[in-house]
Amino acid sequence: MSSTIIDLLIIGVSVLFIVGIKLLSSPKTARKGNLVAAAGMFIALLILHKPSGDSVWTQGWSFNYTLIVIGTLIGLVIGAIGAYSVKMTAMPQMVALFNGLGGGAAALVASLEFKSGAQGGAESTPFIAGSMLFATLIGSLSFSGSIIAYLKLEGKFEKPHTFPGQNILNGLILLVILGLCGWLTFNATSGSATTAFIVVFCLALFFGVAMVLPIGGADMPVVISLLNSFTGLAVAADGIAIHNLAMVVAGTLVGSSGTLLTLLMCKAMNRPVTNVLFGAFGSSTSGGKAGAGDLAGKTVKPIQADEVALLLGYAQRVVIVPGYGMAVAQAQHAVRELSDELGRRGVEVQFAIHPVAGRMPGHMNVLLAEANVPYDQLIEMEAINPSMDRVDVCLVIGANDVVNPAAREEKSSPIYGMPIIEADKCKTVIVMKRSMAAGFAGIENHLFYKDNTRMLFGDAKASLQTLVTQLKAV
Amino acid sequence: MDTNVLFIFVLAVFVGFEVISKVPSMLHTPLMSGTNAIHGIILFGGILVLADADSSLTRILGFVAVIFGSANVFGGFMVTDRMLQMFKKKK
Repeated sequence: MSSTIIDLLIIGVSVLFIVGIKLLSSPKTARKGNLVAAAGMFIALLILHKPSGDSVWTQGWSFNYTLIVIGTLIGLVIGAIGAYSVKMTAMPQMVALFNGLGGGAAALVASLEFKSGAQGGAESTPFIAGSMLFATLIGSLSFSGSIIAYLKLEGKFEKPHTFPGQNILNGLILLVILGLCGWLTFNATSGSATTAFIVVFCLALFFGVAMVLPIGGADMPVVISLLNSFTGLAVAADGIAIHNLAMVVAGTLVGSSGTLLTLLMCKAMNRPVTNVLFGAFGSSTSGGKAGAGDLAGKTVKPIQADEVALLLGYAQRVVIVPGYGMAVAQAQHAVRELSDELGRRGVEVQFAIHPVAGRMPGHMNVLLAEANVPYDQLIEMEAINPSMDRVDVCLVIGANDVVNPAAREEKSSPIYGMPIIEADKCKTVIVMKRSMAAGFAGIENHLFYKDNTRMLFGDAKASLQTLVTQLKAV
Repeated sequence: MDTNVLFIFVLAVFVGFEVISKVPSMLHTPLMSGTNAIHGIILFGGILVLADADSSLTRILGFVAVIFGSANVFGGFMVTDRMLQMFKKKK
């Protein structure tokens, strides 16, 4: 194939990626968007060429090609098993894991290119060497960081790990890495370059761990999104190093859209991204204690399931606020049964979705979609808040911080200023909860102590099933 | 070559920002997962280095890179599709 045709096809591939991401941003077309991007990937594979311009597929078969086929098949099997066996509640972990593998691959590719290209090749420039170093650094950081994020979401060491001077130590490590990279960029062929390169690789792996370890489990979605965009940038830098424009475009698109997604998520939590990364938020308890002090003497009012069934059965408009507790209890199917039963009785049921409910943005949408709740019944926070005072019953299922009015009322609270779903404005609020434990942010929830709030204690799934049975009898 | 690549890079940064600026938060997880699959294009980088590998070390590392990249791209697209097939409108 002539290089002009390949260039034209690469433009086509880039368009497919862009259109794919664009289609992914609307519920009606999202599935098609994913397939469009996959089609782009397939074409990019067919026209894969070496930096010299020769196609990879026309040169003679060798042992290396056997390895390529075997390796691709192993990856395919791992990917398929992961993709089809993962529970919907564990989706964030799966994305973190796939992202980590991509980052690891980017770092390995860059390392091998650095070894053969920058150190052996004649045409290498500091620009190319710098791209390789960037890809190695960001890729390995993304690899180890994603693995830690995965383990945290699996509940291995959820709590933030901090010690005094941690940020200073991390800063020093980063300085050493950057210094070595700067030196290597211009001295790639020097005798001690290989040693320096290995040191960079290992320090970057360590830095990924050190960066994610102090961050609390609640902030993992932001971290995964950030590492996703990091991997994208590493892939783009790899693409620059090996002259593959499809990789440059794909990697950059992921890098920039991932960065924007990260910022959107931080905005939804009303926290600057620097605070997430360096604040060790989950370990701060001072604000929580202050909040609890004001609540001294106040008690929560429990309620029984049969009363809740009556309230729901005779309501006109019911809003359900799902949270991570619903995911843990695997209660999404029971929620849908309740919503269907209410719908049959002529009650208007809507789901209020906070942008960061659960452990990943849109996590609740995915879970409810799995339970066949139609997506036009899911209303975003900004759209539903203005009419919350006209809601008869608000059912909070395993959500906590995202409905905490302290975000509005309590200046000393660590979540002050975070936009919340204004559940407290409804006529009656029913909070379904296992116990009185604090939410992920570790702070007291003022909603539980409001006059119009009743607590329905117990496992969310069991309680919902009881509610459905009781409701049928009302 | 060098400056052309930078040119493409800068334009792609803005396109990436622009295409997702209006995404509803309900699609954030599938979008993250979908873009995650797109950077699985690193598989091709792995194929390129493995095709030219000339020592045991480069073969082993290239082989690992291909496995990682392949899991990223196939798993990424499949898991995104599995999530999205569940988004249905009321019948």
